[in-house]
Amino acid sequence: MPAPIRLRELIRTIRTARTQAEEREMIQKECAAIRSSFREEDNTYRCRNVAKLLYMHMLGYPAHFGQLECLKLIASQKFTDKRIGYLGAMLLLDERQDVHLLMTNCIKNDLNHSTQYVQGLALCTLGCMGSSEMCRDLAGEVEKLLKTSNSYLRKKAALCAVHVIRKVPELMEMFLPATKNLLNEKNHGVLHTSVVLLTEMCERSPDMLAHFRKVKQLSSSQLVPQLVRILKNLIMSGYSPEHDVSGISDPFLQVRILRLLRILGRNDDDSSEAMNDILAQVATNTETSKNVGNAILYETVLTIMDIKSESGLRVLAINILGRFLLNNDKNIRYVALTSLLKTVQTDHNAVQRHRSTIVDCLKDLDVSIKRRAMELSFALVNGNNVRGMMKELLYFLDSCEPEFKADCASGIFLAAEKYAPSKRWHIDTIMRVLTTAGSYVRDDAVPNLIQLITNSVEMHAYTVQRLYKAILGDYSQQPLVQVASWCIGEYGDLLVSGQCEEEEPIQVTEDEVLDILESVLISNMSASVTRGYALTAIMKLSTRFTCTVNRIKKVVSIYGSSIDVELQQRAVEYNALFKKYDHMRPALLERMPVMEKVTTNGPTEIVQTNGETETAVLETKPPPSGLQPASQANDLLDLLGGSDITPVIPTAPASKPASAGGELLDLLGDLNLTGSPVSAPAPQIAQPPFLLDGLSSQPLFNDIATGIPSITAYNKNGLKIDFTFERSNTNPSVTVITIQASNSTELDMTDFVFQAAVPKTFQLQLLSPSSSVIPAFNSGTITQVIKVLNPQKQQLRMRIKLTYNHKGSAMQDLAEVNNFPAQSWQ
Amino acid sequence: MIKFFLMVNKQGQTRLSRYYEHIEINKRTMLEAEVIKNCLSRSKDQCSFIEYKDFKLVYRQYAALFVVVGINETENEMAVYELIHNFVEVLDKYFSRVSELDVSFSVSEIHL
Repeated sequence: MPAPIRLRELIRTIRTARTQAEEREMIQKECAAIRSSFREEDNTYRCRNVAKLLYMHMLGYPAHFGQLECLKLIASQKFTDKRIGYLGAMLLLDERQDVHLLMTNCIKNDLNHSTQYVQGLALCTLGCMGSSEMCRDLAGEVEKLLKTSNSYLRKKAALCAVHVIRKVPELMEMFLPATKNLLNEKNHGVLHTSVVLLTEMCERSPDMLAHFRKVKQLSSSQLVPQLVRILKNLIMSGYSPEHDVSGISDPFLQVRILRLLRILGRNDDDSSEAMNDILAQVATNTETSKNVGNAILYETVLTIMDIKSESGLRVLAINILGRFLLNNDKNIRYVALTSLLKTVQTDHNAVQRHRSTIVDCLKDLDVSIKRRAMELSFALVNGNNVRGMMKELLYFLDSCEPEFKADCASGIFLAAEKYAPSKRWHIDTIMRVLTTAGSYVRDDAVPNLIQLITNSVEMHAYTVQRLYKAILGDYSQQPLVQVASWCIGEYGDLLVSGQCEEEEPIQVTEDEVLDILESVLISNMSASVTRGYALTAIMKLSTRFTCTVNRIKKVVSIYGSSIDVELQQRAVEYNALFKKYDHMRPALLERMPVMEKVTTNGPTEIVQTNGETETAVLETKPPPSGLQPASQANDLLDLLGGSDITPVIPTAPASKPASAGGELLDLLGDLNLTGSPVSAPAPQIAQPPFLLDGLSSQPLFNDIATGIPSITAYNKNGLKIDFTFERSNTNPSVTVITIQASNSTELDMTDFVFQAAVPKTFQLQLLSPSSSVIPAFNSGTITQVIKVLNPQKQQLRMRIKLTYNHKGSAMQDLAEVNNFPAQSWQ
Repeated sequence: MIKFFLMVNKQGQTRLSRYYEHIEINKRTMLEAEVIKNCLSRSKDQCSFIEYKDFKLVYRQYAALFVVVGINETENEMAVYELIHNFVEVLDKYFSRVSELDVSFSVSEIHL
């Protein structure tokens, strides 16, 4: 077989390949040649072949078949072979392959070789890819080499020790005695690697750290002073050609020493004190015209920030960072911004001084700098500068890349919420964000904004006018459209009446408003959620507007056959409101009350009785802490008597006025009972809307106030009903009554329905009963849970109606329960 | 900690690659391609530090060759920047006026 080609030839041939496919072909041909050559066990050319294999590996082609060959090369006696073999081992092998363990013996022998270069090679390889077993076996050898006087070997041994410690942390103590003398070397290479070793030890184990801080080294000086001395020598010494990098002597070592000082000085007063002088010296003496000097200054600043330095030093550090910011070089500015971000928490005032420069960085062209400047600006916003900063940030939002917009928008919202000087400003700012970056805002911004708007009662007219104008032109940004439609739905009457103190009122007719809402509905750009908002808004306007009710009816009925299930459901239900329950419409579609931000959402809050369609529908969005996306459909079905679904009950704020609910109860007459037939069929809208069918099984209160005596509410004709009470400590206006119905006659009572009504000031919720059959002879009971909300703490009274079948005939009875114990309602 | 050290030319051909952490071989080529794409899209007066996934890239351009080093957060970026330059200077001395060809042909020597 002809001699395999040399590496250079191979490279040259590959370079002539013009396409990827050609290159692949060449490589595969060469691979085949190499493989056959390996099979022949040819010693002379093995190293050449492996070298070529390594090159191909670098290009990205698989080369695992060369691993064993590397091992053979390592075992050979020639230095060139060993060199390539070790290189191959470093590149191709790692702990995942089983083959590497075979190397252990070779490495061991080589570590004791006579030539230092071979020893060096072995150390390098071990330090690069040694697995934990190998490290354990060979750690002793490494430690021995750490103590030799040969500086070439010492530095390699130190780095190898670092790797051993990383892999097998338990061996750290073994290297401890050897480190004592390490820092006494003159050779910078050894110094550098020993500093690395010490850094690694200190980072890994707090015990080591404590040890190094305190113990006296053999040369009777502690570690910190030793390091300080070395650093001083570096700075003070004159020009030394072999260590010089653009005028500064061995900056890499300086940086490393600074980093070790940082670790030593963190949280430790004594060490920090010892370092103060040298840090000040480095900070002032280093030349800043070249990048090298700046690198050292950067490390110094980081160190000053981390240790317990005195305040003068900190001010010096921040001033250095400020100087960096003004520098023309982008790298330096980036680095300065990053460090300022880290320090802004602790040294807020000092950083504020540089605020204007930071804000200027927002306008930089570079992406990394812009991102850092943005984060830093958000950290710097406070009550005093919020107006100015917001202006800058809004301008930035306009012009920045899309990947920033979401973060910037959320940041602006947060800052505005914390520091808004006035409600109008707050609303303006949010609107500005919505119009500029509307499609990038997060989903929870919409409910937050809606809540904010309801809270600022005096701004309603102004807000709705502005929102109307905003979507007149363009309704593609979903969050904006959602907020706008909600507002128009709520405050449409204010819009049409043209009263607005803050701004020039515009003349809008009802038709125009409906036009815009309809176009939102029709538009292809609107998401399903947005359409839902728009439809609900149109519905609300039916009570607010006077002359366009017919048009609204028409729109709603059109969507009754929409393909979108959500829209269809809403439309059909609203239709029902128009037809059968027209008398309830005004009350249902009343204005929303001010929403409190409910922070604790537990199962202990009950649904408001009137289950207003609007609140149920929209409240799935306002509640701040992530409720599951409750199916609004389910809430409506609740209203209308569906029984087999278990919807998520949205938590209603406790401050909801009871008036609306009371009116409804009134409307249905004093005796119009609130209860639900147990076996209601699957939700049909034709059913009378019994309010309060909270048919989900809600867990009762976790914190029950016990000790309220139970009463017998009714006892006639063999049917006895007992009430037991529970009250929650967290919400004292809620009382939970559990009724137990038992039957002492000799025949069962079937189709038992319990219904209850309470006076105007109360609200009632009836949960589903356990069954509808009461077995005879008191052999079983029906239990049902009633929740009563009694915000005004008036005396509980209840009227109950019972219907059941007994002895073949239908029985019905009405009764009043007046004997509620005082503890149940006080 | 330095994660990797790459020398890639403008066409995306890798001239030297040294990884200090294990990454599968096919992922390596992808990584190299993405990294070079990021570096190429920057203009001359932009910052040399890029945030990429969960680590940072420090790159420096010498004629048609990019030297890219991937580091994690504990490392001083500017020191690494200097290191790159130092490395290139060493190569320069070794090959007396190094060029890309030298790098391509003497891979094994540069490794060590």
